[in-house]
Amino acid sequence: MTGDDTRHLPLEDIHVTAGARFGAFAGWSMPLTYPAGVMKEHLHTREQAGLFDISHMKLFEVSGPEAVALLNRACPLDAGALQISQSKLSFFLNEAGGILDDLIVTRLGDNRFVVVANAGNAFADEKHLRALAADFDARVEPLDRVFLAIQGPEAWAALSRAGIETGSLLFMHGVEPRKNWFMSRSGYTGEDGFEIGLPEADARDLVAKLLGDERVLWIGLAARDSLRLEAGLCLHGQDITPETDPASAALMWAIPKDIRASGAFIGADALRAAVERGPAQKRVGLKPEGRQPVRGGAALFDADGNPAGQVTSGGFGPSAGHPVAMGYVSTPLAKPGTRVFADVRGTKIPVDISSLPFTPHRYRKG
Amino acid sequence: MATTYFTSDHEWLRVEGGIATVGITDYAQEQLGDLVFVELPETGKKLTKGDTAVVVESVKAASDVYAPVDGEITEANGTLSSDPSLVNSAATGAGWLWKMKLADESQLSGLMDEAAYKAHIG
Repeated sequence: MTGDDTRHLPLEDIHVTAGARFGAFAGWSMPLTYPAGVMKEHLHTREQAGLFDISHMKLFEVSGPEAVALLNRACPLDAGALQISQSKLSFFLNEAGGILDDLIVTRLGDNRFVVVANAGNAFADEKHLRALAADFDARVEPLDRVFLAIQGPEAWAALSRAGIETGSLLFMHGVEPRKNWFMSRSGYTGEDGFEIGLPEADARDLVAKLLGDERVLWIGLAARDSLRLEAGLCLHGQDITPETDPASAALMWAIPKDIRASGAFIGADALRAAVERGPAQKRVGLKPEGRQPVRGGAALFDADGNPAGQVTSGGFGPSAGHPVAMGYVSTPLAKPGTRVFADVRGTKIPVDISSLPFTPHRYRKG
Repeated sequence: MATTYFTSDHEWLRVEGGIATVGITDYAQEQLGDLVFVELPETGKKLTKGDTAVVVESVKAASDVYAPVDGEITEANGTLSSDPSLVNSAATGAGWLWKMKLADESQLSGLMDEAAYKAHIG
């Protein structure tokens, strides 16, 4: 179709056959739901294993004698301190300390790393990283891969039946089990699980094997969103943006202490100043009272009717059994149990500040 | 004798004795996915065709359901407060949304019958 720049997943035909309903996300046509529906897909992932096609996300390989130095400049990260196979959540920040993207960086070798970037930021991330790489003896190579996630308590067993042993791999570690494969024990659901980047032909073979296992179901983007929201994980563009810094986003845990103090990453000065000042608003979990969901964009007010913040993501938590949301509130209000009110179509819905996650993480840490 | 009408916004109306029972079609509930909340109107509320009568909320999004004709709400389906999934499982039956007293029955002539609606959704 002329003028249609929508991108299509390499495995789209498989999703069509599976009965997926598609929708646009970050420039891609993505499976939103399958015939099971968002509720069953969500619960199935927490109970057994959900298979997600996340090929809209981008993998980059960063390599070369100064790969560590490049990453230390690009991210508030001590790349040289990562063990081989260790993964870390990090960010690209702008000079104001705002979050351009959140990324997972995994060290594959002394001078070789893989970076996983969000779909909507992939082009900008590549441009940003390439521009920075000009000052370093390092190269940035986008990888042409299908990217799959398998998440849930049975994920490891389903992979094992499909011929892929994950035994000693721990949460936030990644390896290259086969040629041109990258597999990490990580995800976006709060469950134990894996993300696997691999060539298309291998992916078709793996998907066929996994779907032959009755524990494995395709899961669409709708359930991916409700799963990550219950797990308290941020969606870039909603919960974190170039206007929010890691301090207000309550993500300083991702930045090592010595890097906070002395790192030479982009945005370091602004972030140090922001930490020094203390953020005016903080990201928090929000639990609406009753059954009515409170959505991203809703304004929050304190008990006296003064503006208190805003909701950035909200919906219903199928495992929690109640509406769940996250957003930003004035720092003095950012304590679990504090009551605020969300304006939903003119009605004030009571909302309690809640600790995150709404459903406990079940990562395999050791 | 009740007559059933359909709108291009995927609503159905079952009209009997000047009262219309209104709901969304099976096609609409499938498009919306699992509903988790229905914001019901108050009895006595007067609506003009095109006004938002009800908001149905799925896991992911909120969607307006419009008044298909002018009239006054006589009853809302309170069962949906505790079980919104009735709209998914029985969209054209127990999952009805509201009843309204028609202000102008001539507006019904602008709506579709079942055959026309089926052609509309293809």
